[in-house]
Order: sequence, then C-alpha cells, then structure tokens
Amino acid sequence: MKSIPVSTTINGDPVEFLCTPDEPLLDVLRNRLGLTGAKEGCGTGDCGACSVTVNGRLVCSCLVLGVEVEGAQIETIEGMAHGETLHPLQRHFIEKAALQCGVCTPGILVAAKSLLEKNASPTDEEVRYWLAGNLCRCTGYDKIIEAVQSAAAEMRGEV
Amino acid sequence: MRYMTAETAEAASSALAAEPGLARVLAGGTDLLVQLKAGMIRPDLVVDIKKIPGIREITAENGGWRIGAAVANAELKEHPGVKADWPGVVEGANLIGSTQVQGRCTMAGNLCNGSPAADAVPGLVAADASVTVVGPSGTRVVKVADIPAGPGRTTLAKGEIVTAIHLPAKAARSSDAYLRFIPRTEMDIAVAAAAVSLTLSEDGTITAARVALGAVAPKVVLADASTIIGTKLDDAALAALAKAAEAVCNPIDDKRGTIEFRTSTAGVLARRAAVIAYNRAKGVK
Ligand SMILES: Cc1cc2nc3c(=O)[nH]c(=O)nc-3n(C[C@H](O)[C@H](O)[C@H](O)COP(=O)(O)OP(=O)(O)OC[C@H]3O[C@@H](n4cnc5c(N)ncnc54)[C@H](O)[C@@H]3O)c2cc1C
Ligand code: FES
Ligand code: FES
Repeated sequence: MKSIPVSTTINGDPVEFLCTPDEPLLDVLRNRLGLTGAKEGCGTGDCGACSVTVNGRLVCSCLVLGVEVEGAQIETIEGMAHGETLHPLQRHFIEKAALQCGVCTPGILVAAKSLLEKNASPTDEEVRYWLAGNLCRCTGYDKIIEAVQSAAAEMRGEV
Repeated sequence: MRYMTAETAEAASSALAAEPGLARVLAGGTDLLVQLKAGMIRPDLVVDIKKIPGIREITAENGGWRIGAAVANAELKEHPGVKADWPGVVEGANLIGSTQVQGRCTMAGNLCNGSPAADAVPGLVAADASVTVVGPSGTRVVKVADIPAGPGRTTLAKGEIVTAIHLPAKAARSSDAYLRFIPRTEMDIAVAAAAVSLTLSEDGTITAARVALGAVAPKVVLADASTIIGTKLDDAALAALAKAAEAVCNPIDDKRGTIEFRTSTAGVLARRAAVIAYNRAKGVK
C-alpha cells in the first residue's frame, strides 16, 4: 500500500508523517511518532485508552485514520503537563490513587480534561456518563470520579 | 486500499461508481474502521466525504432542519434548535456509543451501515425524515424508511451517497421520544427499541402519530399508530399500541434477547415512548 504524506499539528507543534491509507491514527502516534501515551486496549472503540482530541473533539484514535488528520489540530496526553508541572487532573489522580496499572489513565485524563473544558462543574453522574467509554479494569472507578471532581474544584479556584 | 477526500458529492459518487472493486464511503468511521480492523471488509477505495462543502452543517430549511450527512452526533446534540424540535431524534442519535464515538459518528452512517439495531434510525423514521441521495444518475430525495433493506444492506445503488438528512417542520403541539432496552446503562447495542412521534389537538387528542421499532425485525418497522390516534393516550390506547407493536415484531433469537423477550419489550418501550412524547407535546417536562 502506498504511503501518503500528512501534515498536522500535535500538541501545538507542526508534525509531518507518512502513513498507509488504512493505518489508524493510534498506530501513527505510537509507532511512527513515538507518542506512546495513548494505549491500544481494544482497537475497536470500546475501551477509550487511545483517547485524543482532534480539532477539539474527544475521539478514539483507533477509530480515526492517520490520513484523515491532514490539517487538523491534535492534542494527546503528552501535551497535558507543562514540562515538570503536571496538570491538576494528573496531580489529583496521583494524590487520590486513581490509577493502578495505569493503562487506562492517559485516555481517562484526556477525556476528563475535555469534559472540564465543556463543563467546569459536572455532577458525579455527568462524569460517569462522559467517561462511560473509558474502561478501567483496576480501580473500580470511584477514585477516578473523586480525582476528577477534586481537580475540577481546584480548577474552579475553590481549594 | 486507496483513500481519497472528495471535494464534491458528485466527485465522491463518480469515484465510488467507477471503482471496479469494493468501495466505501467514510464518514465518522466508527463502523467502517471496526470492520476494517476485524478484516470483515477489504475495500479497494475509501472515499472520505467530510470535506464536501456543507456536509458538516446543520441549517434551517422549510421550517425544519437539514442535517449534513457528516455532522457528528456530538455536534447534533449541541444544536439547540434541532433538539428543541426533535428531542427523540437527538436522544436516539446520542445513545450511540461513548463520548468518543459521539465525537465522530453520524446519523447518516448509522443509517447506511444497515444495522437493524441502529439507534438513530427509528427516531428518523417516526419523524418521517428524508435523505438526499446523490448518485451517478442524479439526485433523489428518499424517505429514511426506504433506505434499510435488511441486516447490513441498504437500497442505495453503487455510487450513491447520502448527503443530508431532512427533518420536517415540527407541527404545533407535537413531539417525539426514543427508548431502547440494553442490559447495561451505556455502551451496548439495542435488544429492542421504539420511537414515537405524535401531534395533539388543542384538547390533547392525538391527531397524528408514527411509531417505529428497532432491533425487532431485519430492518426498522412501523407499528399501527391508528391505535392511539383519536385518543388521549388512556390505558386502553396504550394497551392497543403495545399489542400493535408486538404484532409487527419479527426478531432474532439470541443470547442477548429471545424472540419472546424482544417482542414484549418492544411493546413496553412503545407505550413508554408514547407517554414521553405525549407529555413533551403537551409541554409537560
Ligand atoms: C464502541 C462503539 C459503540 C457503538 N454503539 C452503538 C450504539 O449504541 N448504537 C448504534 O446504533 N451504533 C453503535 N455503534 C456503531 C456506529 O457508531 C454507528 O452505527 C454510527 O452511527 C456510524 O456512523 P459513522 O459516521 O461512524 O459511519 P461510518 O463508519 O463512516 O460508515 C458506516 C457505513 O455507512 C456507510 N456510509 C457512511 N456515511 C454514508 C453516506 N453519507 N452515504 C452512504 N454511505 C455512507 C459507510 O460506507 C459504511 O459502510 C457503536 C460503535 C462503536 C465503535
Ligand atoms: S484502543 Fe481505541 S478504544 Fe480501545
Ligand atoms: S488503572 Fe489499570 S485499567 Fe485503569
């Protein structure tokens, strides 16, 4: 299959890559660009471990073709911290022990950030529904919800 | 597999028609990419329609709405006008998958994929929505109900693509609702589903209604809505509606739902969706 050149922006940086027409964005990120934060849990849209945003929309990068992101703005987990300074969500996930094996964590952080950009004060139920497509086999979810809520409170300036 | 982005609907259509091998439209890709991954299909050509001008836009039209075929369901949900007029259509579309899937999936893709359990389809059929189809022999407008042909099959000819979905003008004192049964609360495929769209007279008598069922036949089916027309949705009318819904069921029998369960559930969902639509039409929250 003939590779196609694609120009895109990832975490604010212009990026160019070659990929085959059938190659998922997730494989491009991980195998071609060394951005291994997004994980492949299923490859079929069920687990959310591969979550990124494309033009501000939360998507599963396993269900986007690399060739589709020509000219798009992509945000991945690698763009979340600023150098050594963690994003409040990242800090609260550590503080609340909202992860164990960590495979689901990058996807959940990206998804939670996208929620808080749309809704700074979600209810627990809204957080659970928003994250329904992010599976975690370790934590039982309660700590994830708590971590999102305490990060949200900090981001609202309530702490 | 070759990939192309079409600049116009006509260009997409001619490329699809000219491909001697297997050709597929790419909208949100939430069905197509899963099928690629599973090796279920090996297309020679994939035509991305998202760059066609206007195909990602929602516009007011003849008192109703034109929803471009590549409008993602997350965008649809954020459109206050469509949601106010056709809450049942929007709630059906929004039951599809997760937030991530919503960010990409389209109602037109849901329709053209041809699943009998497609969540956006019963609401569109109950609303009596149409689609514009552009193909090698020109453009036609078709009822949504006439697109599905059976599991995984549609009545679209080679080279035909859906460019827009048209929701009619909402009548005064009318509304709609969609309900599905799944064994969990999120991320599952309907075992049975029902959409009801109805219009009331000033005294609350139903003057028009359409009831569409999903996941209980090889394709979406209409139930006899005359069972509730002329009534104020009293218990007898609701019982008659449930019976009418059961009567048109012809479901599969599998581990997710037996024939008996799917049939009786379709009746229950039709009743409940009718009550929700009725209250919405009356302006009761
Ligand atoms: C995790 C997950 C959960 C899901 N949950 C649900 C659910 O709860 N309910 C449900 O109904 N579905 C569900 N789906 C299936 C899928 O998301 C929907 O069917 C979706 O609406 C498909 O839209 P799309 O734009 O992504 O379609 P695509 O994958 O782009 O296309 C689907 C098919 O339709 C054709 N097509 C697309 N657009 C057009 C067009 N404009 N003209 C002609 N042909 C076209 C394509 O060639 C392809 O064959 C789920 C999928 C995933 C991955
Ligand atoms: S890897 Fe993309 S959703 Fe599981
Ligand atoms: S921490 Fe292991 S899957 Fe979530």
